Amino acid sequence: MTEEIIIAGFGGQGVLSMGKILAYSGVMQNKEVSWMPSYGPEMRGGTANVTVIISDERISSPIVNAYDTAIILNQQSMDKFEKTVKPGGLLIYDPNGLTRLPERKDINIYAIEAADEAGKRGLAKIFNMIVLGGFLKLKPLVAPEYIHKGLEKSLPARHHALIPENEKAIELGKELLQAIHLVN
Amino acid sequence: MGELRLMKGNEAVAEAAIRAGCDGYFGYPITPQSEVMEYLMAEKPYERTGMVVLQAESETASINMLYGGAGTGKMVMTSSSSPGISLMQEGISYMAGAELPAVIVNITRGGPGLGTIQPSQADYFQAVKGGGHGDYKMLVLAPSSVQEMCDHVKLAFDKAFEYRTPVMILSDGAIGQMMEKVVLFDQIPRRTDEEVIKQCPWASTGRPKTRNHNIITSLDLDPAGQERVNLKLQAKYKLMEKNEVLYEEIQCEDADYLFVAFGLSARICQKALDLARAKGIKVGLFRPITLFPFPAIEVSNVGNRVKGILVVEMNAGQMIEDVKLSVGCKVKIEHYGRFGGIIPSPDEVVNALEQQIIGGKS
Repeated sequence: MTEEIIIAGFGGQGVLSMGKILAYSGVMQNKEVSWMPSYGPEMRGGTANVTVIISDERISSPIVNAYDTAIILNQQSMDKFEKTVKPGGLLIYDPNGLTRLPERKDINIYAIEAADEAGKRGLAKIFNMIVLGGFLKLKPLVAPEYIHKGLEKSLPARHHALIPENEKAIELGKELLQAIHLVN
Repeated sequence: MGELRLMKGNEAVAEAAIRAGCDGYFGYPITPQSEVMEYLMAEKPYERTGMVVLQAESETASINMLYGGAGTGKMVMTSSSSPGISLMQEGISYMAGAELPAVIVNITRGGPGLGTIQPSQADYFQAVKGGGHGDYKMLVLAPSSVQEMCDHVKLAFDKAFEYRTPVMILSDGAIGQMMEKVVLFDQIPRRTDEEVIKQCPWASTGRPKTRNHNIITSLDLDPAGQERVNLKLQAKYKLMEKNEVLYEEIQCEDADYLFVAFGLSARICQKALDLARAKGIKVGLFRPITLFPFPAIEVSNVGNRVKGILVVEMNAGQMIEDVKLSVGCKVKIEHYGRFGGIIPSPDEVVNALEQQIIGGKS
């Protein structure tokens, strides 16, 4: 099993930390992982993305140009990454702020109203965990106990009291997921 | 088994330096390697092991602080990225001349000039052929994973002291910035002053009445004396060529074609290898781990069994010169490269193999 994932959105949405928590959880479950961020001029311009690969085998290239899953959180990222999902692959997006919705017919598409719901519940800081929950519902690559360990490893000790809240956000994400288009 | 962590390549370099028993790090920030010093400052090794971490006023100052530290037998390290490493070349040449052990890490970015902050492998010539003046070499290690970023720091310090030479770790912005899991080796205690004196009888450690001054210099105005220095250096490089070559072969046994690549390019070629084999093209991968000493005999042995070789580098064709010198002219050898911070994709590499080597176009 190898899952190649791109997570893309605005800087500050927790794109890189969502990737890190997923990757660290994978490490805790004894998977091979790689986490390759954008660190260049594009990041300084406001968008951020990270490629996370989780595998049972040694990972060859940490950089790929086609993904099993794209998690897309802003319009620029939709324009850039919708076309990079492998046929039959998965695209999850948050419709908040999007002006053009995904159009591909050869991939599975799900929406998650994470930003909206996080705003209503005062959970803006763990918006990214809601999104991660949506992804984990569809691709349970890592078991919940290892997500817990991944959170422990990724978050500084002073934030460990917030781990249960993060886990609740993950559960919430699983409920918020809506199928938009499914490949037969 | 050591401690398991998810770390950036840059962080692994920093943690490995602390654990290797490094005495001092001197550096100046530059993207994409700033996490090395950021990690060290956050980790406070001066409290953990007594290791000094100092932000110098420039790269030139850093390398000269290394010269001073190494001259007293201390384990010292610096890191930078391409433009900063260019600034250090004079100091590196002096250290090679004065036979000083030190570790220099280059998290390469695209050039020339200020270039870009994205990854590149365009500093191969500078690292391997001597970016500074005079007939010198450094042992050059090319890690291709975060695990190797960690392990090579330990190896680099060992070899630096074994041969009394600066050792370079030549990596790139992608490996520096990416996170992978890494198993950290256990803390090695820093050497005591007595241990330093015992390990480095040549060092400037304060003269006891029992011996003459130890003089650390790269200057000998007498040509006969300077020739002796050069002969000694060359003998040392010959010994490295004999004993220190490291490389990895992946699926070379049944290969009709061969990729040769180092560092990040080798990772991309590994994926390209899987894609090509899925199409029925039997290709292998030869990855030099030491760039100096170059695995000349080893690449020649594999290279002369195949029908064609594609050298893949994130530069305009640098290591290919060493591949051609090693393999000779009986086998077709072509280069595929991207520059200026662009990373080639695995399919692009397969395509280049099909077009340039199998299809015969170039």
